[in-house]
Amino acid sequence: MAEIEIDGQHYSIRTGDNLLKTCLEQRLDLPYFCWHPALGSVGACRQCAVIQYQNAEDQRGRLVMACMTPVAEGMRFSLQDPQAQGFRAGIIELLMSNHPHDCPVCEEGGECHLQDMTEMTGHTFRQYRGRKRTHRNQNLGPFINHEMNRCIACYRCVRYYQDYCGGHDLQVFAAHHHVYFGRHEDGALENEFSGNLVEVCPTGVFTDKTFSRHYTRKWDLQSAPSICPHCAIGCNISPGERYGTLRRIANRYHGEINGYFLCDRGRFGYEFVNSDRRIHRSLLRNQPPLGMKGVVNLFSNLLKKSDGIIGIASPRASLEANFALRELVGAEHFHLGFSGSEQVQIAAILDILRQGPVRVASLREVEQADAIFMLGEDVANTAPRLALSLRQAIRNEAFAIADRLKIPRWQDAAVRTCAQSQGSPLFIASFAATRLDDVATDTYRGGPEELARLGYAVARHLNPAAQETMELNPEFDELAARIASALKSAERPLIVSGTGCQSPSVTRAAGQVACVLADLRGKPSAVHFVLPECNSLGLAMMGGHSLAEAFLAVERGEAKTVIVLENDLYRRAAKPRVKNFLEQAGHVVVIDHLLHETAQQAELVLAATTFAESEGTWVSSEGRAQRYFAVFPPTDEIQDSWRWLGKAGGKSWRSIEEVTKDCAERLPAFRAITWAAPEAGFRINGQKIPRQPHRYSGRTAMLAQAHTHEPKQPADEQSPLAYSMEGALAGRPPALNPSVWAPGWNSSQAVNQFQAEIGGHLNGGDPGMRLIEPSAENPSELATGMSDAIQNLAPIMNRQAWRLRLVPLYHVFGSEELSMLSPALAERTPNPYLALHPEDASALDLKEGDTVGIKLAGQQWRLPVLILPNLTRGLAGIPAGLPEMAWVEQGPVFWDLGG
Amino acid sequence: MKRSISFSQAEIDEIREMAAHYPDKSAASIETLKLVQKYHRWVSDEALVAAADLLDMSPAELDGVATFYNLIYRRPVGRQVVHCCNSVSCWMLGAEETLETISAKLGIGLGETTADGEYTLLPIVCLGACDKAPVLMINDQTYFNVDRDRLNELLESREEI
Amino acid sequence: MERPLTQNIKSDGSTTLLPDYLKTGGYQGLRKAIREYTPAEIQQWVKDSGLRGRGGAGFPTGMKWSFVPMNMPQTKYLVVNGDEMEPGTFKDRWLMEGDPHQLIEGAVIAAYAIQAGTAYVFLRGEYHLAAERMRAAIAEAYENHYLGENILGSDFSLELHLHSSAGRYICGEETALLNSLEGKRATPRSKPPFPQVAGLWGKPTIVNNVETLCNIPHIIHHGVEWYRCLGLTDAGTKIYGVSGRVRRPGAWELPLGTTAREIIAEQAGGMKEGYRLRGFLPGGASTDFLLPEHLDVPMDYASVGKAGSRLGTGTMIILDDKTCPVRMVLNLERFFAQESCGWCTPCRDGLPWVAKLLEDLVKGRGRQEDLAILERMCSFLGPGNTFCALAPGAMEPLQSALKHFRADFENYLPEPIHG
Ligand SMILES: Cc1cc2nc3c(=O)[nH]c(=O)nc-3n(C[C@H](O)[C@H](O)[C@H](O)COP(=O)(O)O)c2cc1C
Ligand code: SF4
Ligand code: FES
Repeated sequence: MAEIEIDGQHYSIRTGDNLLKTCLEQRLDLPYFCWHPALGSVGACRQCAVIQYQNAEDQRGRLVMACMTPVAEGMRFSLQDPQAQGFRAGIIELLMSNHPHDCPVCEEGGECHLQDMTEMTGHTFRQYRGRKRTHRNQNLGPFINHEMNRCIACYRCVRYYQDYCGGHDLQVFAAHHHVYFGRHEDGALENEFSGNLVEVCPTGVFTDKTFSRHYTRKWDLQSAPSICPHCAIGCNISPGERYGTLRRIANRYHGEINGYFLCDRGRFGYEFVNSDRRIHRSLLRNQPPLGMKGVVNLFSNLLKKSDGIIGIASPRASLEANFALRELVGAEHFHLGFSGSEQVQIAAILDILRQGPVRVASLREVEQADAIFMLGEDVANTAPRLALSLRQAIRNEAFAIADRLKIPRWQDAAVRTCAQSQGSPLFIASFAATRLDDVATDTYRGGPEELARLGYAVARHLNPAAQETMELNPEFDELAARIASALKSAERPLIVSGTGCQSPSVTRAAGQVACVLADLRGKPSAVHFVLPECNSLGLAMMGGHSLAEAFLAVERGEAKTVIVLENDLYRRAAKPRVKNFLEQAGHVVVIDHLLHETAQQAELVLAATTFAESEGTWVSSEGRAQRYFAVFPPTDEIQDSWRWLGKAGGKSWRSIEEVTKDCAERLPAFRAITWAAPEAGFRINGQKIPRQPHRYSGRTAMLAQAHTHEPKQPADEQSPLAYSMEGALAGRPPALNPSVWAPGWNSSQAVNQFQAEIGGHLNGGDPGMRLIEPSAENPSELATGMSDAIQNLAPIMNRQAWRLRLVPLYHVFGSEELSMLSPALAERTPNPYLALHPEDASALDLKEGDTVGIKLAGQQWRLPVLILPNLTRGLAGIPAGLPEMAWVEQGPVFWDLGG
Repeated sequence: MKRSISFSQAEIDEIREMAAHYPDKSAASIETLKLVQKYHRWVSDEALVAAADLLDMSPAELDGVATFYNLIYRRPVGRQVVHCCNSVSCWMLGAEETLETISAKLGIGLGETTADGEYTLLPIVCLGACDKAPVLMINDQTYFNVDRDRLNELLESREEI
Repeated sequence: MERPLTQNIKSDGSTTLLPDYLKTGGYQGLRKAIREYTPAEIQQWVKDSGLRGRGGAGFPTGMKWSFVPMNMPQTKYLVVNGDEMEPGTFKDRWLMEGDPHQLIEGAVIAAYAIQAGTAYVFLRGEYHLAAERMRAAIAEAYENHYLGENILGSDFSLELHLHSSAGRYICGEETALLNSLEGKRATPRSKPPFPQVAGLWGKPTIVNNVETLCNIPHIIHHGVEWYRCLGLTDAGTKIYGVSGRVRRPGAWELPLGTTAREIIAEQAGGMKEGYRLRGFLPGGASTDFLLPEHLDVPMDYASVGKAGSRLGTGTMIILDDKTCPVRMVLNLERFFAQESCGWCTPCRDGLPWVAKLLEDLVKGRGRQEDLAILERMCSFLGPGNTFCALAPGAMEPLQSALKHFRADFENYLPEPIHG
C-alpha cells in the first residue's frame, strides 16, 4: 500500500499498478481508449493524460499518460489541472475529427465508450472543417458488422484479436490517418472469440450482426443475470430481450470465470430461444389442444394410471428440473440421460474430483498456471472460453521475464518485446491439430489408446512406483519425461482433460497424472476436466441410472411410461435403439422447449421454458453452482419443467426457491446451492432489482397496437428481480445484477465501477458456490490405484491398415445442440465428413470429396472424404454432434474395410 | 474462389536465402515483397498469399506490412515507375513544375499509369539528394537536377531503351 | 584541415574499393581494437572521445553502448541506421556511396565493443546505389576477414547483413526501425525496455547512425586526443550540408562548431543571385527555423540549442526571401502528416489537421482563429505528448515559423469583414 495525492486529496492505494487503473478504482473519472483491463497499457491514444508533479514543491508538473505511469509512494498528480483537461479535450477533438457523428443510426449508440468519453472530457464544439476520411467496409461474416468510418484507431481490436486470442486474420493496414482495421479480403473472422470485438471496440466499428437483425437500444433491453447454456464452463451472461424476443447476449463479468470475454458460440448461439422449432403449446398426438388446465389433468391422470414410470433426466436442464423429475419418479427410476460413454467418463471424472487430491481450477486459476498438460481434449472446440484462458497462461513466462527486467506486467507492448515468443510450457496430446498448437511447447498426436498411454507414462515419470513398467517406444517416453519434468518444476502445474475423446482410459490417465503430481508436491493438483453440457456435472452429482438401463427396463417390460426431460435421446444413443425404446414404451411424455425428433414421437409434449424464461441452477465444470434468472416471462402454455413435474406429482412448490431448498436439503451434495444467489425475498431498501434500465422507453406504448390501455407489468413473485424499470439502482449483489451501468459509464466498460480491483473480483464477491473441494484423503492410494485398463490399451502399431479407429472431432460451431439453431452459427458449421490422414487416404485410394460408406451408431452413413493432414494416422474422424449425427458410441469403433 | 500463384524455384530460393539472414522467417517480409515486385512488378493478392505462405505468416499479417510501406505496390504499376520527390528542397527548386511537365508529357496524373502500361507516376518523399534538387527516381535509377530540359532529354532517352 | 570521414570520397561520385580504403589507414582501427583492447576499453575510448550521435538526437555514443548488459552471455545486435529520410538530409547516402568500408569498419568495431554477433545495415529502400556499393564492400570485407568468422584471426566473429527497407520516414526512429527489421509494421515501441536491454527480437541492441559509426575507426586509429581536437567546440568533425537557393548546394566535412555563416557563405558560396537569406532550418526538416541574426552561431549541439533550434542532422535547408515560409511549412507538415505511422492520436489525427489548416490558409480560406489553433497544436504535439519524437519534430519548423514569420501567415488571412 502507498499514499498518493491526486488533486489535493490523499489516497491509499496498491503499489505496482498504473495510475489510470488506480484512478478508476478510486472512482475518479479519467477517460481512456487504448487501455483495456485485460489488454494492458500501450500508451497509443494519449487520452488518459494527467499532470505529474516531481515532488511536494513542484507547481508546474508535466503531462504524463496515466496508463503508462506506475504509482508509488508519495507521488502527486492532478487530473483537474487545466492543462491536463485541455489536452484530454484536444485528444477527443482529434479523434472526432474523422468520426462520422452518426450516433442516431449507430448501433453502439447508448452504450458507446466514445460517447461516454466525449461527454467526460466536455468536448462539444467542433473546430475541424476538413473533409473526413472515409473507408470501405468489409463483410466479416455472419457475426460481426464492420463500419470503419467510425474507427478512432485505438488499436484495441487488433491487440485483442491477435495478441490476446491468437487470431491471424484481423489486421491493421496502411499508415498515418489511413490506418484500416479489417481483414485482407472480405470473409468471416476466423477466430472463435471474434464476438468480443463488439465490446472491445470502444465505438461502433464492430457491432453484433445477429443483434442488428432485431436491434433495440441498450436502454430498451430487459436483461437478467444469466449463465451461458452452450457448454460446461458456465460463463456469466447478460441476455437482452424486447417484445418477447431474445435480442442478444452480452458478457456479464465474472472474476473467476469469463472475465471480460465470451466465445462466439455463447454470444451468438442464443437464437434457439426465438426459433420456430420452439414449442409454445402442449402437443398431444392425434388430439386437438386441451388448454393449460386440461393438459395438467391429462398428465396427472396419465401418471396415476401407469405403473412403471421412469424418468430420463437432462444435462442441459436445471438441477431443480432434474430434481423435480427425480422426486416424481423416485431415485430408483431416475436415469441420467447421458450417452453411454459420457456416463462412464463423467462418473470417472466425478470420482477423481471427489476422491482425488485435486482441485478444479477456475478459469482465473487456469490463467495463472505455469505448466500445462492437456490430454485428449480439444478445448478450443469443446470449452472455448477455457482455451482462451489457457492461451493467457502461456504468458506467465513472459511475465516472469518482465519481472526480472522490472517491467510492470501491465506494460503490454514492453512485456511482449522482452519475451518475444517465449511462453510457459504447454503440452498438447490430441487426435488432430488444435487451435492452441501455435503456443504449445510440444504436441503429440495419437488415438485414444496412445493418449492414455502417454498419460500413464507421464505419471510413471512423476513417480516410477505409481506404475508397473510398460513397454513404450523411446521417442514417446522421452516426451513423457519432458512433460513430467515441466510439471514437476512448475509452481502451478495444471492438467486438462475431459470427455471429448470419448475414452474413459484417457480421462483416468489424466486423473492419475494429477494424483501422482499431488502426491509428489504434497498438495492438491489443479485440474480442469471439460464436460459436454451446461449442467453435466450437476446431473452426474445427482446420481442415477444410465440410459442403457432405461432402455432395458422398457425392453423387459418393467417400465411402461417414460418421462423425458429436456433431452433429445437421438443425440444420446444409436437411432434404432432409441426408436425402439420410444415405440416400446406405453406412454412417452416429453418436456422440452424444442420440437426435436424425440419430442415428435411423444404422446404428450409439454412446452418448457428455455434458460431465458426461467430461473434455475447449473453446476459448471468447475463444480460451481450458478443461478440464472428469467430474462422475460414465458408466454402461451410454456412453463418451467419443474412446474409441470411438480403439479403432476402433487407437489406444493410455488416458486423455484422451494425446489432449490428441497433439493439442497434432500441431496447433501447440493447443500450449498441455495447460496448460489440471494434468495427470492432479497430486497434493497425494500425494493426489488429492476430488469429494465431506468431509461427503458415506450413502456406505455409497447402494446398499443393491441390494447388501448397500458398493460400491467408481469409480476415476478419468484425472484428478487422485477419486470420493471423501477427499483433499486445501487447496491445490487453481483449475482443479481442484470447489466452494468454507472453515471457517465454507459458502455460495457462500466464494469470497472463494479469491481473491487479492476480485472479482479466483483464488489461483493464473484457469484456462485463451488460444490467440490479437494478431499483430505491420502493421495498415494489414488495415485497408484488407478492403473486399471492399461493392459487393454492396444498400441496403434498393432492396428491393421484396413481398420481405422473412428474418433469424434469437435467443432465450436456445430457440435453443440442448441446453438445450432442460431442461423448465424449454422452458417459457420461444417458439413458431415469422414476425415482421413493423407497417407491413409492414398493407401485406400481415396481423395478429397470421394463418398464413402460407414456404419456408425447403428446407421449407415455416406460421407464425403476430408483430407486432414494433421490427423493421426490410423484414425478416421467424424464431426461430433452435428444435428442427426451425434456421437453416441461407447467403446472403440472401427471403420472396417475388410481385410 | 481459389486463387493461386506459384513462384519459380529461383524466386523461392532467393526468398529462402534472404530469410536465412534472420532468426525469424517473417523478418524477410519486406525484402520478399520487394523481390515479388522485382519479378512481377507489383504485389497482387495472389502473390501476397503465396509469399505469406512461404514466410509462415497469414495473408493479413503480410498485407498489414505491405500496405504500411511506400515502395510496396499493391496495385498494378507500369514498367517504369516515376517517383517525383515532393519534399521541401525539391519543392523549393521547382519540383511542382517538373511534375507538371512529366504529367503533361505522359498524359497521366499522380497515381496513374499510362494506357500502354509503360509509366506510372508516383510522388515520393525526400530522396536524400537535396543538394541536387529537383530529384526523380525511375525504377532503381535516381536522376538529379531534373529541370525541364533535363527531363525531356531523360524521358526520350529512356523511351528508346 | 583534417577530413577523416570524407578523405576517401571522390568528387566524381565513384566509390572507394578496399585497396584504396586500406591506403588511408583503413581497417587499422579495427586491427588495433580487436588485437589490443577489450570491449570495455573500446567503450571507454568512445565515451572519452565525446562522440555524440549524428542521427539527430545527439546522444553520447559511448554512454549508449555502456547500457548494454555485458555480463550475460546472450545474443546481441548492432544495427546501423541508414534510413536517412529526414527531408533536407543527404549525408549518410554520401558516406555509404563514397566510402562503404569506413562504415563497415565502424560497425565491426562497435559490434566488438558490445560483443554483438550479428549486425544489420538498415538501409532505406530508395538508396539503390548505396545498396549496390555496400553489398560489394561487404563481400570484400568477408573475403578479407574483416567480417565473418574469427575476424583478423581473433576469436571475434560478426555476421553483417544488408537489410533494405521499403520507404517510411518513421523507420528511422530507432524502435520503429527494430520493428521494421523484424518484418513488422514500423510503429515505435514503448521504452522501457530500451533497445540496449531488449531490442531486436528482445535482445540487447545498439542502433547507431551511419555517420556516427563512420567516426569510430578514426577515434580508435588516431586516439581520443586527436579526435577531440578535430572539433572547434564539440569533438570531431561533422558533415554539414546546405540545400535550397544557394550557389553551391552540397555537403562538406567540417570541424564541429563551424558557424552557419561559414557553411552557407563560404562552403555553399552564399545565396544565389537575386535571393536573400530569410532563415534556415539548421539540421533537417524537424528543427526550428533560425534567422540571419543567428549566422554566427557555431553549429554544435549546445549553441544551436541555445539559439532556439537543434543541430539535428546538421544539414541545413535555406529559406530565401522569394519562398513563402507558410508554403514551405505546409510542404513540411504534409510530409510529416503522411509519414506518421498512425499509432498515436495527436500525431495521426493532429498532423493532417495542421496541414489542412495551412492549406486553407494559403488558399485564402483561412480564418482568424486558425492561427490560434496552429499555435495550440504546436504545444499539443510537443515533446512527451506523443508516443515518439516524430510529431514534436514536425512542430519545430511550424512553431518557429509562427514566431518569426507571423506576418506571412497573417497576410494570407482574408480581410475581416467590418460592419
Ligand atoms: C521520426 C524520426 C526519424 C528518424 N530518422 C532517423 C534516420 O533516418 N536516421 C538516423 O540515423 N536516425 C534517425 N532518427 C534518430 C534515431 O531514432 C536514433 O536516435 C539514431 O538512429 C541513433 O543513432 P545515433 O545515436 O548514432 O545518432 C530518427 C528519429 C525520429 C524520431
Ligand atoms: S476498430 Fe475499433 S477497436 Fe479497432 S482501432 Fe478502430 S476504434 Fe479501436
Ligand atoms: S528534398 Fe528532394 S531530394 Fe531532398
